[in-house]
Amino acid sequence: MSGHGSGETWSLHMTQEAAYLHVDAESKAPYAADVLERLRADAEVVIARYPGKRSALLPLLHLVQSVDGYVTGRGLKLCAELLDLTAAEVSAVATYYTQYKRHPNGDYTVGVCTNTLCAIMGGDLIFDRLSEHLGVGNDETTPDGKITLERIECNAGCDYAPVVMTNWEFFDNQTPESATRLVDDLRAGKDVAPTRGAHRVCTFKEISRVLAGFNDGRADEGVGAGPASLLGLQIAKEQGWRAPGDDAGGSGAPVQPQVHPEQTSIDSPSKAGPTGMRSTQPGTPPGPTGKEEPK
Amino acid sequence: MTDTLTPVLTRFWDVPESWKLATYERHDGYRALRKALTMKPEEVLAEVKDSSIRGRGGAGFPTGLKWSFMSPPDGGPRYLVVNADESEPGTCKDIPLMMANPHELVEGAAIASYAIGCEKAFIYLRGEVVHVYRRLLSAVAEARAAGYLGRDVLGSGATLDIVVHAGAGAYECGEETALLDSLEGRRGQPRSKPPFPGAQGLYARPTSVNNVESIASVAGILRHGADWFKSMGTEKSTGFGIFSLSGHVAHPGQFEAPLGITMRELLDLAGGIRQGHRLKFWTPGGSSTPILTEDYLDVPLDFDSVAAAGSMLGTRALQVFDETVSVVRAVARWTEFYQHESCGKCTPCREGTYWLRQVMTRLEHGKGSQDDVDKLLDMCENILGRAFCALGDAATMPVTSGIKHFREEFEAGMHTPADVLFPLANSALFEVSDTKESSGMVTT
Repeated sequence: MSGHGSGETWSLHMTQEAAYLHVDAESKAPYAADVLERLRADAEVVIARYPGKRSALLPLLHLVQSVDGYVTGRGLKLCAELLDLTAAEVSAVATYYTQYKRHPNGDYTVGVCTNTLCAIMGGDLIFDRLSEHLGVGNDETTPDGKITLERIECNAGCDYAPVVMTNWEFFDNQTPESATRLVDDLRAGKDVAPTRGAHRVCTFKEISRVLAGFNDGRADEGVGAGPASLLGLQIAKEQGWRAPGDDAGGSGAPVQPQVHPEQTSIDSPSKAGPTGMRSTQPGTPPGPTGKEEPK
Repeated sequence: MTDTLTPVLTRFWDVPESWKLATYERHDGYRALRKALTMKPEEVLAEVKDSSIRGRGGAGFPTGLKWSFMSPPDGGPRYLVVNADESEPGTCKDIPLMMANPHELVEGAAIASYAIGCEKAFIYLRGEVVHVYRRLLSAVAEARAAGYLGRDVLGSGATLDIVVHAGAGAYECGEETALLDSLEGRRGQPRSKPPFPGAQGLYARPTSVNNVESIASVAGILRHGADWFKSMGTEKSTGFGIFSLSGHVAHPGQFEAPLGITMRELLDLAGGIRQGHRLKFWTPGGSSTPILTEDYLDVPLDFDSVAAAGSMLGTRALQVFDETVSVVRAVARWTEFYQHESCGKCTPCREGTYWLRQVMTRLEHGKGSQDDVDKLLDMCENILGRAFCALGDAATMPVTSGIKHFREEFEAGMHTPADVLFPLANSALFEVSDTKESSGMVTT
């Protein structure tokens, strides 16, 4: 990291990695008095949640990011001071977790799942298209400071593969085209709605505050479940299948059995196409794209 | 004989505002907590133990037994920590559960807390699902306002509260002792066991760490009784579970069924393999469970039957891949994942995953050497059973099972890139208009 290496190393830093290693002067500049006051007040609330105050460190690092957009030197020092830790102890934690950023993050982290399943279902192709479209690689930010592109690991939305997370909200069943539209809309400053999440994607700083444990009043926005999450329940209702006891009441009477497939062999092709089922389900838009149109 | 599907945790996910307290109360919500509070804590624990529910987070350790192994009360704090760090590749059951029905988890956590003598429980949620975090925070706030959490819950005298905590991105934190270290504000790295968390867990106090689905199921067990739970599933794998089908099926989704359902039945419910294609391989419970082939479709998906078939039930994360998919590519990507997520604490895992990745990468690019397949097996043998926690073991599973079922594809990696044998565009779920091929490795 440091510039004390050989001349060769230094020149490498000066060229390719200079931007990456650049530490903004703001990182170490003291917080403005009012900002610091608010940070301390928020930190007090966070620390009070836990029997042991060191437990507050992860949320406090999210809190720092909600103000600075990444883990700054000054934020790190503040955490250390508040929790009676050394800067090294805080730094060791901050560098362990992938959600903590070591350099200024874009307003929107666009994370394409490139773990095996999503990658194979199209995530690799989506990532490549976005990388080319935005002119940035993994963990790099567009020059306008809007988008940080990331390859992310499995985000527990596999039944909606390929998945793209934008500031940790779900964009399900993506394509290169839908993902390109998504980043274009974000860069144009339009409101963008996740498939399963709040009405609009909040900024990186805004969601960092939520992750520090400060709810933003958006919990009641969005759907309870997407169509894939409901598939088994829907089939159970169609078939009149239920758990013993009264737990199977659900939301209504069972409807006529109309199990989709006469399908009995996994080798024979299904009659419905890959998206055929989705379009039959209530309350969900057909087709594979998310709802990234502006509100 | 129970029905093929048995929606319990999923029973009202389709109702508007399913996540709200009022909706949950209309679907028997918090009835189980009321009942539990009329019982003695040890009676609640006995009921859960009697249900024989085994942990839903992958390992399958009996939940009631885990609670009963906690050190006896000594007047100091005792903790319940709910593992909501769902990050195992392919696993996608807890996140939709908490998004659609967070109160079932809150109620289960309140009951479990009462049973083990915990006054402050924690839900450790992975940080990468902000909307689920909002829903959990709101659910806990609603429950507290309604008197289901807080001091003197429902006039019982019991204090039960829940803190919902967001992680910050680290697969390793799904390991229970790493999760505890993370919750204490440290790097999420596993602890030496013993002492087990039941003796010295969070803040070195007796602690039980349980998966989301295990704890959410406790509400139903108390509502209907252990016998009801045991009327579903098999003798040694009682009850129901959420089965998650993803990948190359016509209709991916969640299916809540008694344990013991087969992959053939589930595939039929999911509309079979996508049109015009055939099954090639699948995982029964995430990437850490050895892959299986078409020959295993009739294995009952319960803990013991899947183990007897040479794999693990894991988290019932059924990832399905058709004949367009290169096993080498799939395994290479999983290997990258384990290398990326290895916490670095122990040498076999830190170094082993690094070298596995080197070899898998060159095989994927058709640049393998003649002894690479044997080298992989040799490395796996040296990692398995020698790593500090299960991550190292898990990293070997895709490799050894991939070679077992598809050795010839690994051998082809000595001369032909996976992308040539299995063009990526053929596996994608969308039409690929751009003819430019992806390596999947464009960036550093």
